[in-house]
Amino acid sequence: MLNQIAIIYHQEARRVFATLVRLLRDFDLAEDALQEAFTAAMQQWPRDGLPHNPRAWLVSAARFKAIDRLRREARLESLEGLEEEPVAPPEKEQETIVDDQLRLIFTCCHPALAPELQIALTLREVCGLTTEAIATAFLVAPATMAQRLVRGKAKIRHAGIPYEVPGPKRLSERLQTVLTVIYLVFNEGYHASSGDSIHRPDLVQEAIRLGRLLVELLPEAEVKGLLALMLLHHARRATRISAEGDLLLLEDQDRTQWDQALICEGQTLLESALLSRQFGAFSVQAAIAAVHAEAPTAAATDWTQIVALYEVLLRLAPSPIVELNRAVAVAMREGPAAGLALVDELLNRGELQHYHLAHAAKADLHRRLDQQQAARACYLRALELAQQEVEKKFLRKRLDEIDIQRA
Amino acid sequence: MKYMMLIYSDESIWTEDEREKCMAESVALCHDLNAQGQYVSASPLHYVNTATSVRVREGKALVTDGPFAETREQLGGYYIVDVANLDEALEIAGRIPGARMGTVEVRPIFELDNLPIAAK
Repeated sequence: MLNQIAIIYHQEARRVFATLVRLLRDFDLAEDALQEAFTAAMQQWPRDGLPHNPRAWLVSAARFKAIDRLRREARLESLEGLEEEPVAPPEKEQETIVDDQLRLIFTCCHPALAPELQIALTLREVCGLTTEAIATAFLVAPATMAQRLVRGKAKIRHAGIPYEVPGPKRLSERLQTVLTVIYLVFNEGYHASSGDSIHRPDLVQEAIRLGRLLVELLPEAEVKGLLALMLLHHARRATRISAEGDLLLLEDQDRTQWDQALICEGQTLLESALLSRQFGAFSVQAAIAAVHAEAPTAAATDWTQIVALYEVLLRLAPSPIVELNRAVAVAMREGPAAGLALVDELLNRGELQHYHLAHAAKADLHRRLDQQQAARACYLRALELAQQEVEKKFLRKRLDEIDIQRA
Repeated sequence: MKYMMLIYSDESIWTEDEREKCMAESVALCHDLNAQGQYVSASPLHYVNTATSVRVREGKALVTDGPFAETREQLGGYYIVDVANLDEALEIAGRIPGARMGTVEVRPIFELDNLPIAAK
């Protein structure tokens, strides 16, 4: 029985929480009530048997616990309207559960909250991660993360951020913020921005879990596109680092080790997103990842298609980093000299002067043109700017190779 | 919930025409808000060079010419609205003409229930 309760906790806790926040209008009160309800379940269910509808039992028990607490603490204004039984007709139950979870996600990702608060609140309240786990994942002290969460919840309460799914007029703009939060979590896990490890699997898992949840709740094109993008990248996780802990570029990865089940799932989602014609930047990035995933080797990749997709992406979301990626794809299609001209032009514009990958890309093109002197200078500049230990190791290795050749 | 909306912009960039148009649009917006039951009060302010600041230190009032802080953008007016939540307040803020030239800061009002009601 305790095992069963643990499973129910895992499946239902955050859903029950989302409903409790709506009923109780207070994140902290909802969290305490949720924990008390599960404590009561641990005592009662082994004795009386599993209730017919455990989720409804938990919501009801938690609501009474909260009302008790408010009465004890004489918080009369918070009790207002809480004492009547909320009646949701059974046929509406599924709809209400979906809406409550969406309310929670949109509230945690409200644009009135700073991005670091959005991420912290989403991982804590929607995913149910502990404060300590989020702090570890983002390499900050637990006290700092706890403070961030307190600040976020205080802003929600005092500024009157509504617990609502935005109306049709605002939905697509607000959904963009939610998708950005999920992608930031994924990226932080996938390309840990600093430190010894390049990959933080816990954050990647959470981002994918959030992506799946959102596809289930709100199956819009870009939601599917984002999940496809994450799955197609995640499919390559085992081949990004060699047995010796070295970074492996796409062209050097063992493609037989890519996770075909994830690639297949990603492709299916992507097709559905593209067919809708409502897709955006995430779907286009997923399409680029899909072209790579389908290619038997780097050389056999459809680079013309990749260049074309980067051009679509540039129209949807202009950025110098996308231009850099396009330049690298052009180099693959037309040869390193053509790519080098584009990268030089980009670097001369200045925005990417301090971006280590721009210098690393330039170095690689010089290397392929057999211009060792110029390649060496660019690798050195990239090494100065890189923060990631694994990336620095990769750049040092390339520098050593050049020095051996020249010796 | 009540929100105060503080409109900041660089006073020097407004032309006389723009200022007049902004006033007319703002007045229309206030009437619109009033018809929706969302209006509490609003007003433009005179130029910041008319500001005077007062600080009381050790019981003595120090009066100085000028605003609280010299900034690139200055407080030029305010609205107080009464709406259901922040989303409604943000929607109104987006309709304030000053938002197109500067920034509208939206602040929830900390409501006290023991304040007097103004006698006219």
